[in-house]
Amino acid sequence: MKHSTLESLALPVLALAGGLGLFGLFIWFDGHDPVQAWSLLFIGAFGDAFSLQNTLQRAAPLMLTALCVALPARAGLTVIGGEGALVLGGLACAALPYAMPLPTGAAGTLLLLLAAAAAGAAWIALAGWLRQWRGVNETISSLLLGYIAIALFKHIVEGPLRDPASLNKPSTLPLEESLRIGTMGTWDVHWGLVWGVLLCIVAGLWLLATTHGFATRVVGGNPRAAQLVGLPAGRLIITACALGGACAGLAGGIEVAAVHTSANASLIVGLGYTGILVSFVARHQPLAIVPVAILFGGFLAAGSLLQRRMGLPDASVQVLMGFCFVFILASEALRGRLGQLFVLRQPMPAVAGAPT
Amino acid sequence: MSQDPKNLHADLLRRRLLAGGALAGASLALPGALRQAWAQSPITVGIIYVGPRDDFGYNQAHAEAAAQLKKLAGVKVVEEENVPETQAVQKSMQGMVSQDGASLLFPTSFGYFDPHMLAIAAKNDKVRFAHCGGMWTEGKHPKNTGSFFGYIDEAQYLNGVIAGHMSKSKKLGFVAAKPIPQVLRNINAFTMGARSVDPKITTNAIFTGDWSMPVKEAEATSSLSDQGVDVFTMHVDSPKVIVETAARRGKMVCGYHASQAKLAPNAYLTGAEWNWLTAYTRIVDAARTGKPHPNFVRGGLKDGFVKSSAYGAMVSEGARKNAEDIRARMLAGTFDIFAGELKDNTGKVVVPKGKSFKQTDLELEGMNYLVEGVIGKA
Repeated sequence: MKHSTLESLALPVLALAGGLGLFGLFIWFDGHDPVQAWSLLFIGAFGDAFSLQNTLQRAAPLMLTALCVALPARAGLTVIGGEGALVLGGLACAALPYAMPLPTGAAGTLLLLLAAAAAGAAWIALAGWLRQWRGVNETISSLLLGYIAIALFKHIVEGPLRDPASLNKPSTLPLEESLRIGTMGTWDVHWGLVWGVLLCIVAGLWLLATTHGFATRVVGGNPRAAQLVGLPAGRLIITACALGGACAGLAGGIEVAAVHTSANASLIVGLGYTGILVSFVARHQPLAIVPVAILFGGFLAAGSLLQRRMGLPDASVQVLMGFCFVFILASEALRGRLGQLFVLRQPMPAVAGAPT
Repeated sequence: MSQDPKNLHADLLRRRLLAGGALAGASLALPGALRQAWAQSPITVGIIYVGPRDDFGYNQAHAEAAAQLKKLAGVKVVEEENVPETQAVQKSMQGMVSQDGASLLFPTSFGYFDPHMLAIAAKNDKVRFAHCGGMWTEGKHPKNTGSFFGYIDEAQYLNGVIAGHMSKSKKLGFVAAKPIPQVLRNINAFTMGARSVDPKITTNAIFTGDWSMPVKEAEATSSLSDQGVDVFTMHVDSPKVIVETAARRGKMVCGYHASQAKLAPNAYLTGAEWNWLTAYTRIVDAARTGKPHPNFVRGGLKDGFVKSSAYGAMVSEGARKNAEDIRARMLAGTFDIFAGELKDNTGKVVVPKGKSFKQTDLELEGMNYLVEGVIGKA
């Protein structure tokens, strides 16, 4: 047990080191100083309070969009349409004040976020429904539904809900001041981070410690067997999709209420797609999503500093992220066998790859 | 370890005061020429782009000016590209201020202004913010912020004149992002320029829906080519795809934002380009000499804010002469593009007879119509 804990810590750390090493080599060939780049990466991501807040702020929406991939994945579905749920969540949040009078303050905010979550849930549940009852592949349908969602979003924001004062940047009417989500005290990070971390933990507990979560995992493992033991596979799958969609929708709602103050095209920046990567790197484990999202946020924050100090193009950060994630995913092949790498003289085990 | 923002602020302020003190001394002692050189304190300027710096378009136009700015003594430029209009740009701006000590920022994308730049400006009242896009309003926005923009419809009008001469099919194509006032103004100016040559000319306008939609832009260009359009221009962030597609289809193009001549030397007639260096230097100089921040900076051809690309070899002598005549009148300030009587493409009079708008008229900035001769819907 102790051995495997050590290993699950060592694997990602070594993978990161490998990615960073390769990145150093890469920019060294391009005539830059790798040591300076490494130290800037650290300073930019975690070096001081500003950098840390920068990292956490960028990580917050990714936690929620990653859950939109992770939860359906645990029920056996590969959903990649979180972007669609996110923009519709944002739209629902901005549109609710048009539809009904809202109480001011926290109660109103909560209603906005509920609307956002409901819109996202409905969208991804639709992809689940299409797959369960119409036999449409959910990966394709969720991706395509994403485009439909973006088209709907633009049509509604730039048409019926457009604030006439938003001339060159079509937007909805801004949310009333008291409904907006602020920052956490003196920290320059908005409350979306708490939502992200909290929901990752709740989702983790749901999967690990509840009967319903266990049943969902069984369905994900083998839907046929699950049905044989009498589990309502269809319902569990749709529920997992809806929960995932709700998280992405919530991410959109928080972006609107905490950052943009109105729904407009700036919301569509691929947070939903980045979430796919986060979830896969975290192996669809809700609890692992938190550190992975923070790592992502760190890369993005550090990339900002790297551009400003060394004049590297933005693409260099993409290269670095590419290296690191290929290493992290490839390192999975070493799980259970890491010890052997360091014991060179040990005789070959009788059965290669036998569990230790 | 880097300093916390507050200390850094105080430090910067101290430095500025010291520099000011030194200046006062120097200006008494030094002769005029030297005094001029000394009067400019060193400055760190942060520039943020929404896309890649080498996009052959909007961002490249800014990056080219930034590259010129870097050559000025005492100016340090920190840049960041591909920064989305989210919390990310707020962090980038704050990072430039507290990590790099920037005291003047140029957030160049339209969507950076509200709420992002305003939020960071409120937290850093000693730092100057110059936004590209013209949204700053007296009394509504703080004095340490401002916006600059150019009347590029003048260069689009000249594009239209050249296109009008060169088109054989009398059908022009305009691939645009969104039907917003700035874009409509360009489509209208281009069309009016072309129709000043031949009133039979029409412009087909297609809206792709967003600033960077390379696939839709290529499709629009292709389908317009099929419909007989033989000269293209555009208003999207990166004209690259449209220029290349049009050239491949054997059509001609007028560029936008920056020069795309390199991409299609045999198809590129001329282009409407920004010349942001004019605005940049004016704002940087004000910051270095401690003058008030220029909040509302605008200009057209006359002021050196916009320019035209060099004519392609295929542009006829007559076309050049016609365009240069109009340019001369624009430079002299005796040419108004939007002058009555002007009808929109539904037949409604939008500028009555005898009325004419100066470029600076704010009414033009709310333009919501397409003029007669444009096929498309605003």
